[in-house]
Amino acid sequence: MGIAIIDYKGGNVQSVLFALERLGVQATLTADHDVIRRADKVLFPGEGEAASAMRELRTQGLHELLPTLTQPFLGICLGMQLLGRHTEEGGGTDLLGILPFDVVRFPAAPEYKVPHMGWNNLQTLRSPLFEGLSGEDYVYFVHSYYAPVGGYTIAEAAYPEPFSAAVQHENFYAVQFHTEKSGPVGTRILENFLKL
Amino acid sequence: MLTKRIIPCLDVKDGRTVKGVRFEGLRDAGDPVALASRYAREGADELVFLDITATNQKRATLVALVRDVARELDIPFTVGGGIGTISDVEALLMNGADKVSINSAALARPELIDELAARFGSQCIVVAADARYHEPGGWQIYTRAGTHNTGLDALQWCQEVADRGAGEILLTSMSNDGTKDGFALDITGAVSRAVSVPVVASGGAGSKQDFTNVFQLAHADAGLAASIFHFGEIGIRELKEHLRQDGIAVRL
Repeated sequence: MGIAIIDYKGGNVQSVLFALERLGVQATLTADHDVIRRADKVLFPGEGEAASAMRELRTQGLHELLPTLTQPFLGICLGMQLLGRHTEEGGGTDLLGILPFDVVRFPAAPEYKVPHMGWNNLQTLRSPLFEGLSGEDYVYFVHSYYAPVGGYTIAEAAYPEPFSAAVQHENFYAVQFHTEKSGPVGTRILENFLKL
Repeated sequence: MLTKRIIPCLDVKDGRTVKGVRFEGLRDAGDPVALASRYAREGADELVFLDITATNQKRATLVALVRDVARELDIPFTVGGGIGTISDVEALLMNGADKVSINSAALARPELIDELAARFGSQCIVVAADARYHEPGGWQIYTRAGTHNTGLDALQWCQEVADRGAGEILLTSMSNDGTKDGFALDITGAVSRAVSVPVVASGGAGSKQDFTNVFQLAHADAGLAASIFHFGEIGIRELKEHLRQDGIAVRL
């Protein structure tokens, strides 16, 4: 029961725990397969480098468990990218393959620094995850790699070309930005997820 | 569209905000959490906490502060000031800091930047660089809280830290700091053009137009200031409205 945050040493999970705490929601940080399987909702945050994150997921057998989950699931930042098939990061790494995208690096361009760092607005919102929000709403991004736009895209952002700011396949939702660091807009998205 | 960021900087000592913060409506202007929350509500895009504690308890008080701030704050924040080891950085990140900024430790041993980027990812490693203009000699990098000239060329050092894996450069012009005559547009522009990572401009902000200039003329990705915000000389919302009127993308 309750909310499980997947613990795979994938970076700063404390901020996600605090964001839930501000909403009055208790969550459990865990890698225990039974606890994760029984949770009402699963959060999958992540920061850092994809290859080491995948190694840790494999070590804990989570690479086999996660694709079988059926409750509402929210990947955040690297936790979104890991749901794809493959990433260019670290010379090329196979990912969980839950969604059919390949993660690529932003090309370096004089006016477009990498990482894409800061507040950008969400466009073409098409999910209950974004209920109450509009294209004027900004969220906080920090990433050097991105998932291209596809049939799975439920929100886009542009840098300068459109990329997937959020994706969905069945119960698997994921956002490239940091909901827990995106002010009232991010809080609203977390609340919307908790209502799914 | 990615927006330009406005970043208030708070000096903290022994877990308290220092450097004369004059704010109405704050019961305790020395409380970093209250001040941080106020800035977040006013529309600050990020915050920087610069720790100037010099005691043995420094690390413990800083970690406690980071935890308190992270519990309340729903925007990103960076912590800097005397951070020198991988375990320092790990403790701060694990307790909720979004980014950690290093300065003198990177100058003492530049490989530290590579190690931190490999361990934690470039996105959370900021290198702070303090530069002062010399005639002749140009912009040179200072270390140990601006007390010691390394003789390093500022542009070369910034290129090196970006190559080593810094995810962002916080460039402070000591020549402009405290003058309120505006940011150092020349070195900020030169660094911003030379590196592919975001550049935060710091030092010299005195007016709203100074921010317009540093974004339009020097291509900074963010502008950082302390006293003009702390003393209420410029409100963050009015600053952002001014920038938007000047055609600069901001989050309002």
